[in-house]
Amino acid sequence: MKNKFNPRQNYRQTLEDIGYVTLKEATQADYDRIGFMSGLEVHQQLKTREKLFCRCPSARYQKDDEFDAEIIRHMRPTLSELGEYDGTALMEFKTRKEIIYRIKNETTCTYEVDDTPPFPLNREALEIAIEISLLKKLNIVGEVHITRKQYLDGSIPTGFQRTAIIGVEGEIELPHKKIRLIQLSIEEDSCREISDVGHTRVYKTDRLGMPLIETVTYPDMVNPQEVAQTCHFIRFLNRSTGKVFTGMGAARQDVNVSCRGGTRVEIKGVSKIRYIPALTHNEAFRQWALLHIRESLLKKVKKPQEWKIISRQLEPDYFELKPRMAKTMKENDWHFYAVALPKFQGVLSHFTQPGKVFADELSDRLKVIACIEKPNMDHSESFKPLLNEEGWVQVKKLLQARADDALLVFWGPEEDISTALETIEERCRMAFEGVPNETRKAFADGTTIFERVLPGADRMYPDTDSAPIPLEDDYIESLKDRIPPVSIDAWKQMQKWKIPEDAYEYILKKNLFPLLEHMVKEMNEDPVFAGTLLGHRLKHVEGQVKPSAEFDYWQVADLISMIRNRKLDMAIIHHLLPLVYQYPKMDFDSLLTSVRYKPVSKEKIIADIPFLKKKFCTLRKNGDAKAEVRWLMGQLRVKALGNMSLKELRDIIINNKAKKTKAKPQ
Amino acid sequence: MAEDYFQGYKGRALEVLKKYNVRVWGKCSIETSRGKFTGTILPRAENDDDKHIVIKIDTGYNVGIDVETILQMKETGYKKANYKIPEKEFPYTEGLPRVKLIGTGGTIASRLDYRTGAVIPAFSPGELYGAVPELADVCNLTTEKVFAVFSENMGPDQYKKLAVAIGKEIENGIQGIVIGHGTDTLHHTAAALTYMIQDPPVPIVLVGSQRSSDRPSSDAALNLIHACYTAGHSDIAEVMVCMFGPTSDEYGLLHRGTRVRKMHSSYRSTFRTLGDTPLARVTRNGIIPIKKEYNHRRKDNKATILPYFEEKVSIVYYYPNMQPDIIDSLVDNGYKGIVIAGTGLGHVNIPLYPALRRACEKGVAVYMTVQTLWGYVHMFVYETGRELMALGVVPAENMLPEVAYIKLGWALGQTNDPEEVKRLMLTPVKDDITRREPYNGYLVYQGGLPEVEEFVRKFRK
Repeated sequence: MKNKFNPRQNYRQTLEDIGYVTLKEATQADYDRIGFMSGLEVHQQLKTREKLFCRCPSARYQKDDEFDAEIIRHMRPTLSELGEYDGTALMEFKTRKEIIYRIKNETTCTYEVDDTPPFPLNREALEIAIEISLLKKLNIVGEVHITRKQYLDGSIPTGFQRTAIIGVEGEIELPHKKIRLIQLSIEEDSCREISDVGHTRVYKTDRLGMPLIETVTYPDMVNPQEVAQTCHFIRFLNRSTGKVFTGMGAARQDVNVSCRGGTRVEIKGVSKIRYIPALTHNEAFRQWALLHIRESLLKKVKKPQEWKIISRQLEPDYFELKPRMAKTMKENDWHFYAVALPKFQGVLSHFTQPGKVFADELSDRLKVIACIEKPNMDHSESFKPLLNEEGWVQVKKLLQARADDALLVFWGPEEDISTALETIEERCRMAFEGVPNETRKAFADGTTIFERVLPGADRMYPDTDSAPIPLEDDYIESLKDRIPPVSIDAWKQMQKWKIPEDAYEYILKKNLFPLLEHMVKEMNEDPVFAGTLLGHRLKHVEGQVKPSAEFDYWQVADLISMIRNRKLDMAIIHHLLPLVYQYPKMDFDSLLTSVRYKPVSKEKIIADIPFLKKKFCTLRKNGDAKAEVRWLMGQLRVKALGNMSLKELRDIIINNKAKKTKAKPQ
Repeated sequence: MAEDYFQGYKGRALEVLKKYNVRVWGKCSIETSRGKFTGTILPRAENDDDKHIVIKIDTGYNVGIDVETILQMKETGYKKANYKIPEKEFPYTEGLPRVKLIGTGGTIASRLDYRTGAVIPAFSPGELYGAVPELADVCNLTTEKVFAVFSENMGPDQYKKLAVAIGKEIENGIQGIVIGHGTDTLHHTAAALTYMIQDPPVPIVLVGSQRSSDRPSSDAALNLIHACYTAGHSDIAEVMVCMFGPTSDEYGLLHRGTRVRKMHSSYRSTFRTLGDTPLARVTRNGIIPIKKEYNHRRKDNKATILPYFEEKVSIVYYYPNMQPDIIDSLVDNGYKGIVIAGTGLGHVNIPLYPALRRACEKGVAVYMTVQTLWGYVHMFVYETGRELMALGVVPAENMLPEVAYIKLGWALGQTNDPEEVKRLMLTPVKDDITRREPYNGYLVYQGGLPEVEEFVRKFRK
């Protein structure tokens, strides 16, 4: 090729053209420029003994290869209540997946595998869901209607999730603004995926059917940090009841993002809140980039509705492929296809996400929809082409492509080729529209990949197996009496108490505010001391030490009482806390022994000072006055701990010294 | 007929809808003491209470509003849902067999019925093709709805109508028949048709679904594909039940109409052949025979239709301390036949003897079967058995109780002569009585045993 197209340069240029800035550099002005908008769907497992629609135990997990039986299912799309097929459902049907469920008798009954209709809804779960709905100021429904929400990916063996709205139109308060809530629903949790290769997807059913609530916000958040903060506050509220599970996978969120002119895209299954800022930032800019692609394509292609791909099967032997590639293709009897994308030059290497280009959007869909494992394609704007330059010239000739066309080749099993071709054409056509409606899967590095077409309201269907459940006024009133203080009130109270703000997240996340309140109000502890003891010290300990038995946070209050009863100096708590945390069952005297505490009077401790000072004189290496204090404190700390305030001891050492220096001027 | 604007609403809820002038399918906003709700008013199931109004909110969910909390309601729009299974013309393919699907009211494809809150079946070939397009690769399908009743409401009238309708189809040269049927009494109908349609030249396949077809995991589509394949392509010209083999979406089993029984209230693999093996396995790609002997498909259009049934027949499920008045009242009410499901090898208690003697003396046909379901009646083993036979109770070998009931109704429908009834009853028809019970006819494995657990883990059932 003469005036050679440089994909790397194109990537950098397009990145610049759309005005991409990194998360660190970005300001509100950047987000306003691209019209950043985001909302959340936060899932939280409820702490119940049994599952939502059957009597299997909740929260008992199995390993991937630990199962008693396997069951195979295929999913077919069905009509929604309003008589429509859902787009996602049709896409999933296209993938022709064989779904295998690994079941364990202990955690799975005939309900989970859809061989028995549901049992009446778990009342314990319903009650927790209502309590949390009240906390979020939602309007509670008069009658709970169980609805089926279609999921054809197989994550639920019935092909739908049983779910029901508890309340609509609520709000949560952040320190600086209010976020409106659309709804809160109670639903059954899905299976956990073990693998998804080719046309086979394997799930385990241990988590399936556990009660879950989903809190959905309006898209009120205007920057990535705000999304994360909102998510924190929803989590604080959920946890403040003490009736939800915590730990890996107990809370997961889907994040909806769009930019101005873009589309609502759902990033699924974000397991950690700290991933949210990068994910939402990148998604908003990905959409911004797709809109830029649209603009450039519309300039080149006058009649997008007539745009078509040109494809043809190739004989792999005629191309110089990487040996490994050629071997796999032969061994699996794969077909090899070339596709020309008219006028698409510059699109395939167009920036979409950091380190990603438009071609990745095609490759991702080939994997998900046509079930062709990656690497599944190569293209003329690839940074690391698998096909050499000669090969591309040949492909171009065979397809009679023009200079400004983009080319790609892909490979896969014969039966998947037609779906693959359809998929490529479909995604390219969407480039003329802008941003496709889809759900995307999150990665820890802040990028996302295509997961499936975004489902709509068309996938809802009333559950004909369950009767509606009326919620009487009296019942709701009785639940109102039990709900804990709202998290924002706790936040404001802690501000009033002048507790440093960096302690709040931990306190609210671990639902320690009731404990803090007890320490301050009932035990008259200094709020700043109590707040930092929990929000700093305890947090630090938790990060360092593993408890040998279940640690109850209220043991902190007991510890304070015991220190007070013995009339010990409170500073000893900093040494006792890690021990109590690690050995929650150890009695107080053993704890004291472990930190080498012995009762000694203050006078006795002070009496040691002159002797130690003399000794220090024989050891000293220079005239640093601070070194002496440090050394003395080191000698006396263990003895003083609990017996007197270390600050007082230090003062005495320093003052003593000050007096002496005065007495013996040099 | 005037349009029903308030489908399913009654009492207080209806009053409230009328008061605010809001219709079903109306979009509306509702002010309540619990806050504001907006959505579309949906019809209400007839058996639900009159204290709530159901709306579909924008996110697609349904919620109920307590009418007593409603402060204000306003209709802001109206959009009636058009629930329709996409109907496409069933394509005719040269060379594929002609199969007739006869509908009785089961749920092969279905749609929602707001009146009852349940699902109602869709049925025309176009609707079926829209829901299960694979059928067009299997056969050229036509359909006919003979009647629409739920499975539990099937009875002698329906059996007779079906037999006659099938006879006509055979006469007209159909190449296979599929009958869509609810599963609860599928095996009763299968037995009845086996007796009423003797020596058919083509397969007659009964099929249903354990999970309604309005759900993505339904067994309906695959069952229907298997049934149509069997009807169109199988060499087995008998009355069969075609339902899931394992609970997995793998293959169907073809059971003889006289040895099949529903064995679980909700499992997909609920139908089992008892005391024998099924006829064959069926997949999308073909039929794998299990039994070697069966009625082969023929080219003639002949079958013997015997649409007879005496309704005054009953099954008595024996239990300890059963009182003789149970038998007496049947006799006094003019029953002509009684099938007893006895304990063990076919026994009842001594207090029943006089009542049974009286029944036999009055000409009532009394047959003994076993409530163990597997195994033969052996009335020579114990004194009780011999005494019962002396009273006139006839052992029905290893006929299943339900099958014996159907057969007795069919036999008494033809004759009142006890000897002729006995001849009909004890002449085996399609293995309703087998000469021997093979070892693998009774395989009810017990979970928890290591070897069984190993088997279950290894094979996807």
